[in-house]
Amino acid sequence: MSEYILVYRNTDEAHREAMGSPERAQQSIRKWQAWFKGMTENGQLVNVGQPLERVGRVVSGKKGTVTDGPYAEAKDVVGGFSIIEAKNLDDAAQIASGCPVLEGGGSVEVRPVMQLDM
Amino acid sequence: MDLEEHLFRHESGRLVSILTRLFGIQNLSLAEDVVQDAFCRALETWKLHGVPKNPTAWLVTTAKRRALDVLRREGTARKFEPEVAQVLGSEWTRATAINDAFEPGGLNDAQLRMMFSCVHPTLPEETQVALILNLLCGFSVAETAAAFLKSSVAMEKRIVRAKKTLAETKNLFELKNAADVKIRLLAVQRAIYLLFNEGYHSASTTMVVRVDLCEEALRLIYLLLEHSLTKTPSAHALAALLNFHAARLPGRVDAQGNLTSLFEQDRTLWNRDHIAEGHRQLELSAAGAELTAFHVESAIAAEHASAARAADTNWENIASLYDVLMRIQPTPVVALNRAIAIAEIEGPARALEEVEGIDGREKLECYPFYFAALGEFEFRLGQMANACGLFAKAQELARNESERRFLRERMHRCRCDCADGSSRIN
Repeated sequence: MSEYILVYRNTDEAHREAMGSPERAQQSIRKWQAWFKGMTENGQLVNVGQPLERVGRVVSGKKGTVTDGPYAEAKDVVGGFSIIEAKNLDDAAQIASGCPVLEGGGSVEVRPVMQLDM
Repeated sequence: MDLEEHLFRHESGRLVSILTRLFGIQNLSLAEDVVQDAFCRALETWKLHGVPKNPTAWLVTTAKRRALDVLRREGTARKFEPEVAQVLGSEWTRATAINDAFEPGGLNDAQLRMMFSCVHPTLPEETQVALILNLLCGFSVAETAAAFLKSSVAMEKRIVRAKKTLAETKNLFELKNAADVKIRLLAVQRAIYLLFNEGYHSASTTMVVRVDLCEEALRLIYLLLEHSLTKTPSAHALAALLNFHAARLPGRVDAQGNLTSLFEQDRTLWNRDHIAEGHRQLELSAAGAELTAFHVESAIAAEHASAARAADTNWENIASLYDVLMRIQPTPVVALNRAIAIAEIEGPARALEEVEGIDGREKLECYPFYFAALGEFEFRLGQMANACGLFAKAQELARNESERRFLRERMHRCRCDCADGSSRIN
């Protein structure tokens, strides 16, 4: 078994859409909770992770130019991450395919956590 | 921890009201933004870490923090009323003012004041109800539009315009002067009544929406009963009426999802608690000399609720109550309902004569229940062709699929020339 990080991204519009009304927000929470519950029951969830503020700064270039970000040119904003355990990358991607962020047109980036066996 | 049903919706109405009271109504959109922001935070945090033990307290704390942040950031750029600006403009007093605003005692007051502000006299009734749904019940514009079968765009325009009207009033309506309160109280009661009706006869197609609207109307009427100036006999009468009708909600649709008439409903499904509460409120409404339409309507509803079987209904009482209602509220719809009661006592031929004599009868011709009632009278007289035509007309006017299905079933019975005269319509 290996660990994989899931990075949740969606556009600001999709984010607002999920929050479009109090009732919708409530349904959205329910879906996420159900998804995490499923992963917990299957022993797949290593760390539920943290949500991220949707604004921040980006420092780039050799001069260290600071811009308001996250990324002005990218539409998708990282909203949070979790760490799961899976047999392989295919299996991890299969688990990610149930993520509620997808319903709003968002995406999940699945990346293996590098193993450092000494 | 499980999320209580409609938690966000209910909290939305409460928080927006409290913050609007604090910021002044010209800053209504600021209050809405702060609440929206607090909800976004809840959404992001709760979905990962679960719902906290006391979600309401969590939302209140977050809303307070967001309010403080916003005031720090743009406090000087915003227009507040002078006395508010002084308090919110200084770091010394800001946090205390925000804390005070969220004291439990202020909650009902804020919601009541918001409700009274929503029934601004220059706004049409339907807009007042839409505003209440949006601001106090936490329905989004799209959800409000769906409840009224309007397009989202049209509803958006209407709500934005109405909010501008409210913003011009500068302050939330004050419940201080008894005379001022009395004038608007009637409009508030009408709005709650319409909100409930919208749910009960709803234009909206899904049963879920309907029950939500009825529950919201009930929640709001109990807010009125919490304040000395709004706890009037007519408010108790309206509470009685809504409870009696709410009791019948579980029986309105049968197992197949079809609408059932008052005559055919399984009355064992009626909610006993709502009926008992209806009677209690009806008694409380008897204080004072004023007899309002709500009093009479709730007395009629109480008669229906008291009959264990449709055949046990005391139609004599109901007909004489309609006589009283005709004196208070002489509308064609009331006259039609009176005729339906008369049909039960003196037969369908007499009822048809009564309908012939209704003042302003032409106004009923856009009302599906009018043709349905006429169809029913003809049906009972054995005039199947007439009855079928009338049910067809009613069906064209019906507002949702379950009404249409109900009326098509009626037409079908006429065509079968079915001899079963015991089933009726209301």
